[in-house]
Amino acid sequence: MINRTAVYVLWLREMKRFLRAKSRVIGALAMPLFFLAFLGMGFSRMKVPGLASDVNYIRFLVPGIIGMSILFSSTFAGLSVLWDREFGFLKEIMVAPVSRVSIVIGRIAGGATTTIIQALLILFISILVGFKIITVPLFLLAIVFMILIAVTFIGLGLIFASKMRDMQGFSIVMNFVIFPIFFLSGALYPLENFPSWLRYISHLDPLTYGVDGLRGALIGVSSLPIASDFIILLIFSSVMIALGAYFFEKSESV
Amino acid sequence: MLFSAEKLVQSALIVIFMLYNIGYFNRLFIQKKMSDYAIKVEDLTKQFNSVVAVDHISFTVDTGELFGLLGPNGAGKTTTINMLSTLLHATSGYGEVAGFNITKHRDHIRRSIGVVFQEPALDSKLTGKENLEFHAMMYGIAKEERRERIEQVLGLVELNDKANVLVEKYSGGMKRRLEIARGLIHRPKVLFLDEPTLGLDAQTRRNIWDYVKKLNKEAGVTIVLTTHYMEEADYLCDRVAIIDYGKFVAMDTPARLKDILGGDVVSMEIDGNADAFVSQIKTFTWIKKMNRHDETLSLTMEKGERRIPELIRSAQKIGVNVTSVHLRKPSLEDVFLYFTGRTIRGGEAGQNDRYRQTMRRRIHAR
Repeated sequence: MINRTAVYVLWLREMKRFLRAKSRVIGALAMPLFFLAFLGMGFSRMKVPGLASDVNYIRFLVPGIIGMSILFSSTFAGLSVLWDREFGFLKEIMVAPVSRVSIVIGRIAGGATTTIIQALLILFISILVGFKIITVPLFLLAIVFMILIAVTFIGLGLIFASKMRDMQGFSIVMNFVIFPIFFLSGALYPLENFPSWLRYISHLDPLTYGVDGLRGALIGVSSLPIASDFIILLIFSSVMIALGAYFFEKSESV
Repeated sequence: MLFSAEKLVQSALIVIFMLYNIGYFNRLFIQKKMSDYAIKVEDLTKQFNSVVAVDHISFTVDTGELFGLLGPNGAGKTTTINMLSTLLHATSGYGEVAGFNITKHRDHIRRSIGVVFQEPALDSKLTGKENLEFHAMMYGIAKEERRERIEQVLGLVELNDKANVLVEKYSGGMKRRLEIARGLIHRPKVLFLDEPTLGLDAQTRRNIWDYVKKLNKEAGVTIVLTTHYMEEADYLCDRVAIIDYGKFVAMDTPARLKDILGGDVVSMEIDGNADAFVSQIKTFTWIKKMNRHDETLSLTMEKGERRIPELIRSAQKIGVNVTSVHLRKPSLEDVFLYFTGRTIRGGEAGQNDRYRQTMRRRIHAR
């Protein structure tokens, strides 16, 4: 059922587009880096409640910002189906004799790779300015978490893309879905500061487990055990990808 | 005797083997397996909410035929193509393309057809060659074969020197040619061309017509094209279906469609005894219709160009001077008018289409 050549060529196309759109990459890096720099500097002297005493705010912030960058670019990667529809290329993909599953997997592979390259660039820049990773195995574990977050939100993007006809609904998705997911995840502050009802809601947010898992892997501090973060996120990503693929297959491509 | 019979069998075997190798038998075999028609459609219907875009159409297209769907914008041409190329599900009705059912064997159809869409379906951030490579890989063509065929189709549409240029730098005509080339890489049995020359200049249009004709005649590809250009349908198609509001109003060869109108119109201006001339030519049985406005006669007949000398001769016989003759061949435009009561350009693009087109232009302009 899965056509490996088709998956590969869809992935390859995404890579080529990514490498050619340097301004897009710089643009996608700028916002998380500004968040990191200004929030980090602005709050560095402040005592953030809920933070372990040996963790300074900027160290706490780095995994959150990486999670944020993955959230934004992977949702966008899922939604990019809409651009292909707008520019007609989706028809070229859909009329090809490959299973729809291969097309979805190719998209996810491409989107996840570009997303993780961006996330690693942010991590790399953070390391340059003094962030320290703990051990190599934990760093590799962080990459696993990155992949899971990316796959989850590409799936979400695909679901939205199949329900929208064009890019006009994009700002609605941005403001009413992506930003709440971002703020609820505790990427910027410890969730312990939330009132309990809001904390309850934040546990429905897949990014919460993603950011917590990234923190566990990158700075060694997490509010949930890292294994439960992993398992919950694994379930989230499988469900999202299955739903994304289902909706993508159902939607008509013209 | 025995020896020569053996020799005979041997050489026969060699001939068979050679024929087999050059694909002759292969082709015979495939053609035998395939039905005579490439497309068969019965009562095909597509409904979008309350709008019936395609309304119970039925037709067949023979293998090797160049078939045209002619109609104004919004008549249902593209929707028909989208259903036949598996991009849209039909609401009801039966369709068969290259011997496969459009609802049951979608993957088989996808393998057997090529589609050139009305709007460009290229990735503008890839080069021309990369677009072709993408396509070839999606269709599972192996590396060596791929390189060969890409070279070949690029040559066909004369884009070799632009192969490594990003598609966003291509002109409209080049994009169109690239898409036609792409539609051929996997050697489809049936090629759908949706408005292949829309918005192109006369020169490019001419070239594309020639490619399409060559393709059909030399490679034997069955071609279904949609158009709202009368000249295009007339020049290219073996058979034309006129579609209006989702329904077929007529279907035949361009020549026979035009014959329905009764033939050519010859207009003559005469000087002299017009009454005498009229009574003279009334005896000609091949004149189907005659209209007279003072000194001007409009006569409907078949093969007007062959009758003009005779008309002039009979005028001279009774001393009537013919001051001018004008011959008008009926066009498909007249046929369309005859069947629908409208001209084809009366159909306007919807508000939404126009909005999308401007958006696209703006995005492309950046």
